[in-house]
Amino acid sequence: MEQEQQNSNTMQTGKISNGTKGMTVIVKTVSSWVKVLIFLFGINIVLFGHLTPGGGFAGGVILASSYVLLMLAFGREFVEENLPLPLASKLDCLGAFMFALVAILGIVLGGSFFLNFLYQKYLPGQPLHLVSAGIIPLANIAIGLKVGASLFLITLMLSISCKGRECRFE
Amino acid sequence: MTIFYLLLLFMIIAAIIAVETKDLLSSVICVGAIGVGSSLMFLFMCAPDIAITQIVVEVLSLIILIRATIARDLTFITGDREFFGTVVSVVIIFVIFLAGMKVLQTLPDFGTPKFAEVKGSPSQIYIENGLKDTGAANLVSAIILDYRGYDTLGEATVLFTSILGATVILRAQSRKLMDEPDK
Repeated sequence: MEQEQQNSNTMQTGKISNGTKGMTVIVKTVSSWVKVLIFLFGINIVLFGHLTPGGGFAGGVILASSYVLLMLAFGREFVEENLPLPLASKLDCLGAFMFALVAILGIVLGGSFFLNFLYQKYLPGQPLHLVSAGIIPLANIAIGLKVGASLFLITLMLSISCKGRECRFE
Repeated sequence: MTIFYLLLLFMIIAAIIAVETKDLLSSVICVGAIGVGSSLMFLFMCAPDIAITQIVVEVLSLIILIRATIARDLTFITGDREFFGTVVSVVIIFVIFLAGMKVLQTLPDFGTPKFAEVKGSPSQIYIENGLKDTGAANLVSAIILDYRGYDTLGEATVLFTSILGATVILRAQSRKLMDEPDK
C-alpha cells in the first residue's frame, strides 16, 4: 500500500527522483525552480563585477551555494552524478590557471606583469558598458569559477566524510 | 548614527547568548545572527561589496556548521567552568579594554580620514584617476584587480592551497570510514 503510494508520487512528479532520499516533495519542487535563478544571479554578479558591487569572490560563493541547495534538497548522490568530484576539481584548477594566464599575457603582449593590456592597447571600450576595463572581467570570471568550484568541492567532501556515523541530511 | 548603536547592541547580545548557552544548535544560530548584524553594519557604512561577500559566506558556513552540529550524538555542553581560568581571562580582557579606549580616542572622526588632506597620497590618486586609468566604474574592482592585482594573485593562491590541503585530509578520512576500493 505504501509502496504503491510512493510509486504514484514519483509518477506524478515526473522528473523528481525517488521519494526516500532528501526532503519532501514541496522542497524538491521549489528548489528545482529556484536553483536556476540563484545560478543566474551568481553569473550576473561575476560578469558585471566592474560596474556593480560584487566581483569574483562573492559571485563564486553564490554559484557554489546553488549546488549546495541541490545537495540539501535531493541528497548527495543526485548532485554527484550531475557534477562529479574529478570534474569539480578540474574546474577549480582551470580557474586558477586562467587567472595566471591572464597575468602572464601582460608580460607577453605588454611590458610588465599583470598589465591591463586590453584596456591600454587593443580594446578600450566605453566606460559604464559591459565591454570596458580590459582584463578585469576576464579575471573576475576566472576567480568566480575557482571560488565556486572550491567551495562546492569542500561541501561535497564534508558530506562524504559524514557517512560513517548517523547523518540526517545525506 | 543610532542604527549603528542598535546593531552593535544586537551583536553584543547575540555574542553573549552564543557563549553562555548550553545547547550547541542555539550557539551556532547566534553566530549566524552576529554575521547578519555585521553585514547590515557594512551596508549602512556604504560598503556594498563587503556586505554582499559577508552575507553570502556567512550563509554557506552556517550550513556547514549546522550539518556538523546535527551529526553529533550529544548536542549539549556539560561540565562546569573553572574559577581561576575565568578570573585570569577577565582581568586580561579588562586591561586590553582600557588600553583600547585610550588608543581609539586618537582616531579621526568617521568619514574624514587623515589621508584625504595629503595631496599625493595613494587613496586620492586612486579616486581621481581610477576611471581614466582602468576604465572600470566600480573602484573596488579597479583597485583589487588592476592597481593591486598581485595581491589578488596571492590571495587566490592561498585559497587554492587551503582547498588542496583540506581535500587531502578529508579524502583519507573518508576512505578509511567507507571501506570500499578506490575508483
